[in-house]
Amino acid sequence: MSGATHVRYEVVRSLRNHRSLVFSLALPLVLYYSIAGGNRHATSAGVSFPLYFMAAMAAYGAMFATVSTGGHLAIDRTRGWARQLRITPLRARTEMVAKVLAAYLVALPALALVFLAGVTLGAHLDAAQWFEMTGLLLAGLAPFILMGLILGHLVPGDALVPAVGGLVVVFALLGGVFGSFFNGAMLAFTKLLPSYWLAHAGKDALVSGDWPAQGWILVAVWTLVLALLAALAYRRDTGRV
Amino acid sequence: MTNVMGELCTISLPRKASHVHDGVMAAVGVDMAGVKAIDLTKSYGSVQAVSGIDFSIAPGETVALLGPNGAGKSTTIDMVLGLSRPDRGSVSVFGVPPASAVRAGWVGGMLQSGFPPDLLKVREFVTLMASYYPHPLRVDDVLRLTGAHELADRWTKKLSGGQAQRARVAAALVGNPDLLVLDEPTAGIDVEGRHEFWEVMRGVAAQGKTVIFATHYLEEADAFADRIVLIARGRIVADGPATEIKAKAGSRSVRATLPHADVEALRALPGVRAVERHGDSVVLSCSDADRALASLFARFPEVRDVEVRGGTLEEAFLELTGDGNAPRAEETGR
Repeated sequence: MSGATHVRYEVVRSLRNHRSLVFSLALPLVLYYSIAGGNRHATSAGVSFPLYFMAAMAAYGAMFATVSTGGHLAIDRTRGWARQLRITPLRARTEMVAKVLAAYLVALPALALVFLAGVTLGAHLDAAQWFEMTGLLLAGLAPFILMGLILGHLVPGDALVPAVGGLVVVFALLGGVFGSFFNGAMLAFTKLLPSYWLAHAGKDALVSGDWPAQGWILVAVWTLVLALLAALAYRRDTGRV
Repeated sequence: MTNVMGELCTISLPRKASHVHDGVMAAVGVDMAGVKAIDLTKSYGSVQAVSGIDFSIAPGETVALLGPNGAGKSTTIDMVLGLSRPDRGSVSVFGVPPASAVRAGWVGGMLQSGFPPDLLKVREFVTLMASYYPHPLRVDDVLRLTGAHELADRWTKKLSGGQAQRARVAAALVGNPDLLVLDEPTAGIDVEGRHEFWEVMRGVAAQGKTVIFATHYLEEADAFADRIVLIARGRIVADGPATEIKAKAGSRSVRATLPHADVEALRALPGVRAVERHGDSVVLSCSDADRALASLFARFPEVRDVEVRGGTLEEAFLELTGDGNAPRAEETGR
């Protein structure tokens, strides 16, 4: 009754989702070596490119992992499992917490793999900076878990894969995961996106050890608003699919 | 109906020895209803799916919600399970609102098209379901009971329709709920699978569980339910044991040889609804075959070869539900 089994099986199911693991584990690694490998001595946003790109690719993989874990709800809805769950004693809150925990647990290997790759290309941070960067990345992922959940409520199961891919790529591009292409008003706009702060977690950890207040406020506001929307979507979503 | 209910209460209650029952009975107090619906009404847009349904199901009873497609069965079941809120009226499960009964683990259900989650094996699926309930049965026992043990290590996504059915039955039972609500549980299952399913359910009902199932298969309702609630166009058109429903539909007919019969006089007999004549023989469709027979013999002593044919549930069904295939949109606003 504690929900521990539910959490465990949510994690197991996420780790068995091989299609999404290709995007969250393999793709970022391949991109990292092929792009950072040729630009080992370049700099970006004022820090060495392999370091910048390490955090950015770790964020990219983890975004995939979290959005698709939350988004898997779309498959559960299409199969009727989401409705079936509502006639068990499992609480909605436990269900939500399980999704969030499962998403974080599958994001961790995505982060760790790219960190390792970064080390092999000479990215170096001291222990405190590694710790800070990981913390910032985990905090910055919260809105993406919720985006995944909302997506799961909105799209039918067979549209999930393109929907997750599209959402992650757009946020990643605008946030500067593949490099900052923007300035002026556009840059100011991209700073309103949680993916901007994910992409800059490496730089911020190295330079100041933290996001500026703006980063924390934005991530907090996104998280709060999306959590509300996710709760609303859950409440609305009792119909037969 | 009241006397039937009373009778069932007295038979079924002593059999019950379930863990929940002390709590349930305390909550129910003098009102022994397992499931009680009062004036349940629900519309979707301009279509009234359920229009003022009342029923009361005693603990331990097995009741079929029988009706044609679109009659309002699933809508009723959704409200009993707390999946949707009635526009008007109320429903209680063991004396409490459906959501509370669900949260307490008193309720298990099989929804239409409720497939097991993907990326799990059958045993994991059933284990997961067991984990939600306060007093689950042993997973292995339930797998064996439902014949799902052969599938225990199969991926849920790789199951055929009949195999998924067995896994779902195991999942519905493993929580050891006191009320089982089954929405078209055998839809799309072959005959053999259906037999296996009802075999298992018979055992469950024998343990004193309350079972409500929606179906449009007459044979299932007839063979398995203690009582049938016949629903058409969002309303209850009959409620009682299968025999009573057949009688209520008055679909018995009396066939006899009666040369030169006066059709008008025959039609005027009490209990007779319609008369057909084929040469020397007549067929009386009766609303009350007993009275019709008595008056037939009294008025026409020369009558010979009298045969009474009992109505089938199918005739009752067609008669009571009207045109069973009438599109629901036409029923709007009634």
